[in-house]
Amino acid sequence: MSNIRFFDATLRDGSHAVKHQLSKETIVDYCEAMDNAGMYTIVVGHGNGLGASSLQVGLSRLSDREMLCTAREHLRHTKLGAYMIPGFGTIRDDLVPAIEHGVDVFKIGCHCTEADTTRQHIEFLREQGKEVYGVLMSYHMASVEQIIEQARKMQSYGAHGIILMDSAGASTPEMVKKTIAALVDELYVLVGFHPHNNMGLAVANAYTAIQEGARIIDGTLRGFGAGAGNVQLEALAALLIKEGFDVKQDLYAMLDASENIVRKAMTEDRALTDVSIISGMSGVFSSFRTQVLAAAKEFGVDPRDIFIELGKRKVVGGQEDMVIAVAQQLANPVSSDMESYMLESLT
Amino acid sequence: MEKIKVGIIGTGNIGSDLLMKVRRSDVLECGIFAGHNRDSKGIASAKALGVPVTYDSIRYIEENPDCCQIVFDATSAKVHLYNAPILQSLGKYTIDLTPAHIAPFCIPQINLDSAMELSGVNCVTCGGQATVPLAKAISEAADVDYLEIVATIASKSAGAGTRNNIDEFTQTTKEALIELGGIRNAKAIIILNPAEPPVKMHNTIYALANDPDMDRVCRAVARVEKEIQAYVPGYKVVLPPIFENGRITVGIEVVGSGDFLPSYAGNLDIITCAAVEIAENYARRKLL
Repeated sequence: MSNIRFFDATLRDGSHAVKHQLSKETIVDYCEAMDNAGMYTIVVGHGNGLGASSLQVGLSRLSDREMLCTAREHLRHTKLGAYMIPGFGTIRDDLVPAIEHGVDVFKIGCHCTEADTTRQHIEFLREQGKEVYGVLMSYHMASVEQIIEQARKMQSYGAHGIILMDSAGASTPEMVKKTIAALVDELYVLVGFHPHNNMGLAVANAYTAIQEGARIIDGTLRGFGAGAGNVQLEALAALLIKEGFDVKQDLYAMLDASENIVRKAMTEDRALTDVSIISGMSGVFSSFRTQVLAAAKEFGVDPRDIFIELGKRKVVGGQEDMVIAVAQQLANPVSSDMESYMLESLT
Repeated sequence: MEKIKVGIIGTGNIGSDLLMKVRRSDVLECGIFAGHNRDSKGIASAKALGVPVTYDSIRYIEENPDCCQIVFDATSAKVHLYNAPILQSLGKYTIDLTPAHIAPFCIPQINLDSAMELSGVNCVTCGGQATVPLAKAISEAADVDYLEIVATIASKSAGAGTRNNIDEFTQTTKEALIELGGIRNAKAIIILNPAEPPVKMHNTIYALANDPDMDRVCRAVARVEKEIQAYVPGYKVVLPPIFENGRITVGIEVVGSGDFLPSYAGNLDIITCAAVEIAENYARRKLL
């Protein structure tokens, strides 16, 4: 069976898990160890991508420039990747400098119903001769028909492939099966999948996506990433080997980097926690976790209640400001007419 | 009473909402509602109201320069680059509602008077109209090192122009925080939310500040809120300034007046209210 491209997001999604405080040493050690491991690209940066270092979603320890230049210096065989969400970053402030710093592969993302906000950026990158993929975040929040329509738009802008992100880890195997099969059918570009592990299904869902024709899996070593973590690429590689796929990735190199480098960078283990499970169940983007835990402490409310309330309000990635508003409301029910606006929106 | 004629170029969400506000004005009247798309629903409904319409876009104004003294450009950043020099040579007072940023910025609460001395202004963006005045007031009331705004709008309220211009939208909002707000270190984040029923426009301002006098900050925020409410009735501070972990946070909601789009589209309302406020002020000076 054909080779599956691994998009390695360890140094990007992993940033979420350490509040965007990835160290230069981790980037150097990781890139050196993984440069020959058969990853299609290693994506580096703030968890929310270029230009996202902010009070809203968290300030980075290192600038985008420092992270990209450090990785560039230590990657000779593997393509350097960067992610950007329009609305956080712009062409002038972020994409142009990233090209100058030597990024080879770009992923341009948006909430799954907003593909037209990526047109300018995908077209610009194609004009610059760059490899570019469209990313639809929180795909579980739209119907299969809507996902196809949005993916087709990105394809028409020139994307080389479309990656669906299961940002809340809210996928069931059936959802993955149905959605990926339909996309593979409808698109002429590559289809990719980016699972999260909120309900312990990340590896299984990645495998289902591959069976339905996905050719890209976007994940991380050790599952290092937002919320409950990502699909653990070394576990997936092991599964693919067992199933007789032509696996070009070096499993031992992945296992070694996972144990020796990623483990040290992680501040907590990746076992499924109550908050992870609830955030998956309520369908809220996993990267909200940090803000929810801080707000729960600040306002003395249960973080699980905050997630459930955010889920009812259908918040999307980047709306972290709603965490404080919800926590404040849970702590002081019916205290101002702000609440009546909010309650009104729930009815 | 005598009125000053305005032209509106662009017949999408923004142009159509402007038209409804102009029709209520006691000093403005619509001389031409100009688009180019034969299928424009905006033109069809304007025609039904008896408003003069054209499909020749800016060419109509070139050929009939007496149709208006003030022009609202509600097209797109790209089209405005083409329109701007033509309007300049025709001597039309131009109020640009695209994020093109050729003419200087105007936010009525900040610099309405100086805008009257120019040949035209740019209205920044909806996020800019909602946040720059408060950002400026906060940074004047406290020692602010860094300031950031987050504008969340309902997907349904963002027309094709806004969606295709999200890059200029983000960049222009940031530039206004720096140029008009006087903040050295600023960032703007824009989020579209597709939820049904649509969410109201919500803005958050964060500022990293050194030991701020919160009474002073709260007074400044309340004053600016009131001044903006004078021309944007649905503007409201819903999370009054709080200070924690070195940062000030303020939340604002803008409820639209429901002219062209329903009330969730406060983002549409705030920029068209600002544009009409500028036009009415200009017109009143002409009528004196």
